[in-house]
Amino acid sequence: MNGLSHGSAPARVLRIGTLYLVLLGLGALFATPVAWMLSSSLHTLPDVFAQPYRWLPAVLQWENYVRAVTILPVPLFLWNTIVITVPVMAATALSSALVAYGFARFRFPGRDLLFSLCLATMMLPGQVTMIPLYILFARLGWVDTYLPLIVPALFGSPFYIFLLRQFFLTIPKDSEEAALIDGASRLRIWWSIILPQARPALATVLIFTFIGTWNDFFGPLLYLNSPEKATLTLGLNLMKTQVLGSGVVEWNVLMAGSLLVLLPNVVLFFLAQQHFIKGISMGASK
Amino acid sequence: MKAEHKQGWLFVSPWVIGFVLLTAGPMVYSLYLSFTASSLLSPPQWVGLENYRRMFGDPIFYRSLGNTAYYAVLGVPLGMVLSLGLALLLDAPVRGLGFFRTLFFLPSVTNTVALSILWLWLLNPEFGLINLALARFGLEGPLWLQDETWAKPALVLMSLWTVGGQMIICLAALQGVPPELKEAAAIDGAGPVRRFFAVTLPLISPALLFNLIMGLVGALQVFTQAFVMTGGVQPGSEGGPNQSTLFIVLYIYKKAFQEYDMGYASALAWALFLIITVCTWIAWRVSKSRVHYEGGSA
Repeated sequence: MNGLSHGSAPARVLRIGTLYLVLLGLGALFATPVAWMLSSSLHTLPDVFAQPYRWLPAVLQWENYVRAVTILPVPLFLWNTIVITVPVMAATALSSALVAYGFARFRFPGRDLLFSLCLATMMLPGQVTMIPLYILFARLGWVDTYLPLIVPALFGSPFYIFLLRQFFLTIPKDSEEAALIDGASRLRIWWSIILPQARPALATVLIFTFIGTWNDFFGPLLYLNSPEKATLTLGLNLMKTQVLGSGVVEWNVLMAGSLLVLLPNVVLFFLAQQHFIKGISMGASK
Repeated sequence: MKAEHKQGWLFVSPWVIGFVLLTAGPMVYSLYLSFTASSLLSPPQWVGLENYRRMFGDPIFYRSLGNTAYYAVLGVPLGMVLSLGLALLLDAPVRGLGFFRTLFFLPSVTNTVALSILWLWLLNPEFGLINLALARFGLEGPLWLQDETWAKPALVLMSLWTVGGQMIICLAALQGVPPELKEAAAIDGAGPVRRFFAVTLPLISPALLFNLIMGLVGALQVFTQAFVMTGGVQPGSEGGPNQSTLFIVLYIYKKAFQEYDMGYASALAWALFLIITVCTWIAWRVSKSRVHYEGGSA
């Protein structure tokens, strides 16, 4: 409420008009890089460098996209990314939900201290653990495998533990208590009473985990050496290095490749924008 | 042990085990490594304070600290102001703002490598859109990433394009401000500017503090953009012209994983940890007296 509802009718129209103009200007600034990316990705190579630049290609060069997925084995990178992302999503959601249930529903000595510790690790910069972790995974012979990227997900992730715990606290205890009297185990209650009710929160966790894992660069950069094991994000960087290293830089192909990598994010974003907003606001409220 | 205690511990045990194996243990080991000379191949050799002594005499370390400070000091306030500005525009009771919210938010939820490649092209001195646009106004754009002076501002510019997450946090806070308070202030004769500074700003200050701290922590750890955008074709060439985009995390990465100088890299990592902790603490202390929490002053 910027006071737009106050004042006389003409003054109000003027204010709203100004607001829209400012938003359109800023909106254009935010949208232009993406429009330019799309435009470049559909140009022939000479047209990419043509001056003055023409926004609309004379003929749409869809071949650029074909070249982007064949210059390096992008389908293989896609498969590799899926092979990492799916287990990480499942493991993160389940382990975080287990831990969150423990923090939400049990009283035990040290619980609050542990929970504070869990929240504190959220702020811990990864650089202080990355070298020992690398050495550990190297000793285990896990370098150049997907294990260093997947196995840590089995131990829960502090932010999602926090998010799920807050959600579990809002679930009424009645049906759990009834089930306990009927002799159901806690694990069974967690699985068949709590998890179904926590679907919205689990969806947020799955979406954030997907975005985080799909787009992770540092982990794959550290642990995956063989090009044929690369993820999409790592592969895109390999593509960049290869294309920049050639005589004339095929910016059209690089833009096509980048757009393809961005695409799943954009689709998911439009499907689940409310989850993104909820997750981000939740992060700020802790 | 009571059954409930035992069950509670069982449920939280995945995190506890993970904390010991993947966080606490590695932290202790990394502290130990920082007092050793260590590569991947040979066992660590105790050298006492040698790595830290070396760090204080290492011009490249100071260079990377300066670069990181520059990036944070320029980028964090600009990002906070821009995200608050966008949120204020979107907080108006007007139709059709959802479209703009999506537009401003979207770039922040994407792939940093893809965005870095896009910005590499936007910032291309000869054919990039930014310099083409500047040329329209008769201005000759700088060489951006290839120019020692302009490489860091170029990365800051790119970071401003991804303030969407911070904007959402500001917007959520703005929407939590009770309209009655603003109306009461309006009745008391406060103009829009006065209302903003006297009513809105104090009420959203926790969100701003959150953005400040997260922005700071993020800026101090900037890596991917610098790695992707300022690396040449040769591995090891990352860091821009005259090391102008060699940020501290990039320096740690190069020491640890290109030169396998694990002991020194661990000392650098601990220095960064200390810097982040101190900066966060200062930001928190300084703002604490100014931040208003619902239900009592802090």
